[in-house]
Amino acid sequence: MSNLLVVAELQQDTFRKSVFEAVCHGKKIAKALGASVHVLIPGSIDKQQAAQLGEYGADEVLVAAEEKLKLYNADLYKSVIVNTAKQLDAQVVLFSATFLGKDLAPRVTAALDMVMASDITGYSVDGGNLQVVRPMYAGKVLAKLKLSGKCVISLRPNIFGAEKINEGQQAPVKDAQLPALESKVTVKEFSAKGGDKLDVADADIIITGGRGLRSAENFAMLEKLAALLNAAVGATRAAVDSDWRPHGDQVGQTGKVVSPKLYVMVGASGSIQHWAGMSGSKCIVAINKDPNAPIIQRADYSVVGDLFEILPVLTAEIEKNR
Amino acid sequence: MKIVVCLKQVPDTEANIKIGSDQKSVVEAGMKFIINPFDEFAIEEALKKREAGTAESITVVAMGPERTRDALRSSLELEVNEALHLVTEDDCIDGLAVAKVLAEQIKSMDYGLILMGKEAIDDGNMQVGPMLGELLGIPCISLATRIDIEGDKVTVKRNTDSGVEILESPLPCIITCEKGLNEPRYPSIRGKMKAKKMEIPQQNISLGTAGVEKISMTYPEARSGGRVIGEGPDAVAELVRVLKEEAQVI
Ligand SMILES: Cc1cc2nc3c(=O)[nH]c(=O)nc-3n(C[C@H](O)[C@H](O)[C@H](O)COP(=O)(O)OP(=O)(O)OC[C@H]3O[C@@H](n4cnc5c(N)ncnc54)[C@H](O)[C@@H]3O)c2cc1C
Ligand SMILES: Nc1ncnc2c1ncn2[C@@H]1O[C@H](COP(=O)(O)O)[C@@H](O)[C@H]1O
Repeated sequence: MSNLLVVAELQQDTFRKSVFEAVCHGKKIAKALGASVHVLIPGSIDKQQAAQLGEYGADEVLVAAEEKLKLYNADLYKSVIVNTAKQLDAQVVLFSATFLGKDLAPRVTAALDMVMASDITGYSVDGGNLQVVRPMYAGKVLAKLKLSGKCVISLRPNIFGAEKINEGQQAPVKDAQLPALESKVTVKEFSAKGGDKLDVADADIIITGGRGLRSAENFAMLEKLAALLNAAVGATRAAVDSDWRPHGDQVGQTGKVVSPKLYVMVGASGSIQHWAGMSGSKCIVAINKDPNAPIIQRADYSVVGDLFEILPVLTAEIEKNR
Repeated sequence: MKIVVCLKQVPDTEANIKIGSDQKSVVEAGMKFIINPFDEFAIEEALKKREAGTAESITVVAMGPERTRDALRSSLELEVNEALHLVTEDDCIDGLAVAKVLAEQIKSMDYGLILMGKEAIDDGNMQVGPMLGELLGIPCISLATRIDIEGDKVTVKRNTDSGVEILESPLPCIITCEKGLNEPRYPSIRGKMKAKKMEIPQQNISLGTAGVEKISMTYPEARSGGRVIGEGPDAVAELVRVLKEEAQVI
């Protein structure tokens, strides 16, 4: 029997949301390949939590609870993953295309001389070979690719969804074997993002502001609405380049690619480069004073008018509807 | 110290992408090509380091078809020291195959730092930098938003999904550049004049067997047309109702 390895990412000692998606779809791919699913967790996690990945399809969970792996270091994490993949003779190594997955997957691919496809949004198994679908040219085109031989893939978060395939099933949890852990790179400083700030990459709802907001201070209006909806605040490049918002909040071709269930655009025109980052959203809402703004043609719902009049009313209406 | 910058030529961000009749290639006629925006940050950073005296020279290396020369010419206009064109007509979407070609070339070069973009906006792979590090056996730090060099050490600041990191690495190493690192400059008239007279050496290369094979390309499903709920604050109540009841997203 062959093996599929899923790499699970922790954030503040618990699983990131994308882990469940990765394990669940790892299982579906493994089934079609006749493989079993092993999940590797670099870092330490409560055993019971680890065992629960069985519900999502894990056949075995390997925990690499080692002090040196507490803070992310690409070389050390890579060594652990490569070591485990070798031991299992893994046919597929699967990541979520988060910051960490995007940083690690190519290293593992090169170290093991495998074949890689990043940020996939679809897959199928055909005669023992994996075929994947992934956006190219900033989502203007979807490419279907055939991967020959052993491969590494990363799944675009929030596309596939997670389900409990084996309700109630616990997976056996073991210690991962550790290779020598060495890196020339040292982490001098790490400051965790404030616990209350939701990243656009993780949010189910995003409220994005553009040039129409006119100042950094005016983003407080978006923050207020976002807090009510447990949403993250995003920004267009125009807002970021005006220094109203940090670069990490930029959505688009040169920012983050997001696929939330609701994406609200306030005072943003919907440029082609912005569209590249958010066109995968399930529902798009635009608030713009210009009825001819490109986003009005493409959003699912829009309200035409001055955002400074509309936003306070929208916020009040949502508060009322809680 | 010498800096090598890896550059890819890509379609302009505004370009309309038309799939060819073979379903695999993109129709290039009439299309505008640019330096990959993230590689512009890499070039700018290299120029800054040379201005600061930490780097003595900058070599730009690009692999791609004949048209790639235009992007290399643009980099010479910015006054990098030399440009090298690795010529292949293959449309290579296999990141590891690209990294192997670059590694083969760069390993015999004299370099202290390799600067790259975090991602090429055409394939969107985000692979080649970390792969090249692996193949050359040197550290690779990705997504830099600040790079400070002191002696044979480099300090890099970057944003991860969970916070801000400051990393330190010995040279030589690879750093991939993220937006926010710097503001790329425009070429000067002097640079443009100088670039006209410079040679761009070409070298034919062959890509190894690629493990990634493109089967077909399609356009994403068009979103069904928008609906204007109304104008001004009066439309808000209906918007909220629709989001709750029809779209069921709040
Ligand atoms: C290489 C490259 C990469 C790029 N990458 C990105 C990227 O990743 N992300 C990105 O976002 N952009 C990117 N851009 C920039 C992009 O081309 C646009 O310039 C940018 O998205 C515009 O931002 P905006 O919509 O906020 O501003 P604008 O296009 O100026 O739109 C502002 C909108 O606000 C509306 N408005 C103004 N006042 C009000 C009001 N009081 N009430 C209601 N509506 C109002 C206006 O009608 C207008 O539609 C990139 C560009 C290039 C060349
Ligand atoms: N054909 C190429 N020639 C030179 N550099 C490249 C090439 N392809 C990718 N790169 C470099 O690798 C980075 C990441 O590309 P990618 O992994 O394709 O997203 C780019 O920003 C370039 O710096």
